[in-house]
Amino acid sequence: MPSQRSPPPLEFAHGTTTLSFAFQGGIIAAVDSRASLGSFVGSKTTQKVLPVSSHILGTMAGGAADCQHWIRALKKEALLHELTEDGRRMSVARASRILANHLYALRGYDLSVGTMIMGYDDHGINSKDDHDTRSSTPYIYYADNTGLRIQGDIFAVGSGSTFALGILDTEENRYNLSVDEAVALGIKAIRHATFRDAYSGGYINVFLITPKDGWRKVYTEDIARNPEIWKALQTEINENS
Amino acid sequence: MADTVFGITYNGGVIIAADQSNGRSILTYQKNLDKIAKLTDYSMMGVSGANSDLVQFTQYVSKNINLYEISNEGTKLSTHAQANFARGELATAIRKGPYQVNVLIGGYDAGKQGAPGSVSLYYLDYFGALHKVKYGAQGYAQYFCASIFDREYKENLTEEEAIKILGKCILEMKTRFMLSQPNFIMKKVDKDGVSVLSFGEDPADT
Repeated sequence: MPSQRSPPPLEFAHGTTTLSFAFQGGIIAAVDSRASLGSFVGSKTTQKVLPVSSHILGTMAGGAADCQHWIRALKKEALLHELTEDGRRMSVARASRILANHLYALRGYDLSVGTMIMGYDDHGINSKDDHDTRSSTPYIYYADNTGLRIQGDIFAVGSGSTFALGILDTEENRYNLSVDEAVALGIKAIRHATFRDAYSGGYINVFLITPKDGWRKVYTEDIARNPEIWKALQTEINENS
Repeated sequence: MADTVFGITYNGGVIIAADQSNGRSILTYQKNLDKIAKLTDYSMMGVSGANSDLVQFTQYVSKNINLYEISNEGTKLSTHAQANFARGELATAIRKGPYQVNVLIGGYDAGKQGAPGSVSLYYLDYFGALHKVKYGAQGYAQYFCASIFDREYKENLTEEEAIKILGKCILEMKTRFMLSQPNFIMKKVDKDGVSVLSFGEDPADT
């Protein structure tokens, strides 16, 4: 059996805050960009949102290499599916299941993956067989290295997830937000999480997925360069010099 | 251990109830998970254990049962046969890559040529132990509810009486168990097949 008398565990890029939720205008995915190696900040500019297809995104939490590798493998399978199935896009359920089955098969090998596979496909309610018509049912699946795979309307993953959930769960009427309000909510949740969680930080990146246009990045901000924080820092620097 | 699953047989059917919470460490991921999987039209399996093994094991068992039926001219497997198949798979896996699930399998078997059908409930643990029971529970629920079953159960219960006993068990879990389990889903199997009796929150899609 694997993991018997194995070498000491490698240090991974672990800490993170990622979140996603569905609302009337689409699906929001918001992430930070810090990759930590223990207490060392390995990278301030990690891309934690990984595209799987034009209408499906995956997020990265846990081991950066594990997430990048297996979501890239999923992207390959999704593209092959489209090419061999006459242009029909792979459904979110199938994409997440393919990933979950890989992770289940490797569950004794100490992978560290906590990802959300989210998007739109042709298979939800109100869809028709004609593959030019998109269904407007959003799907978000959380999958992790234990082989768990569950569907939901809102998830937050990573060391900062509990802080983000505090902001997301206390927003009344979350489903009926406008696009701008939903983006603002995602930003707020990540910002609060990076404030409290030492292992989250860097940039806030927010993506929006809609049934018609697929995914696109809608917001990016360097937390360190946030105008108020930057102004306060500059004042401090000026006072001390 | 943290999942609550219980089952009870009555005159004409079996009911299995399970909580709907799903979480890890200090987080609750969801409160609408359906932990009672349908095996065939006349049998179901309530599962306590890791979500990954819940999905992989129940689908492996149900699809293999289905394969047997379509490969053998529609021969239906009895609940007894299904439970023994599941038990064999758990026992084989235990020293290779165990399925960490403890289950209750309930099913209805139609009688031959118009004879009255029979119901059965089987208790399986993750080592592959198999035990036919009249009522049972998995996880910590065993500690809280065994005495309630022992006291209240009698032969030839009606469906209403069976539901009432399960209601007492659910209330006991909500009162005394330290983990919050606000939602429960109840399913029954009888001569008309598997059906959902009630749920706390509409189960999530799988």
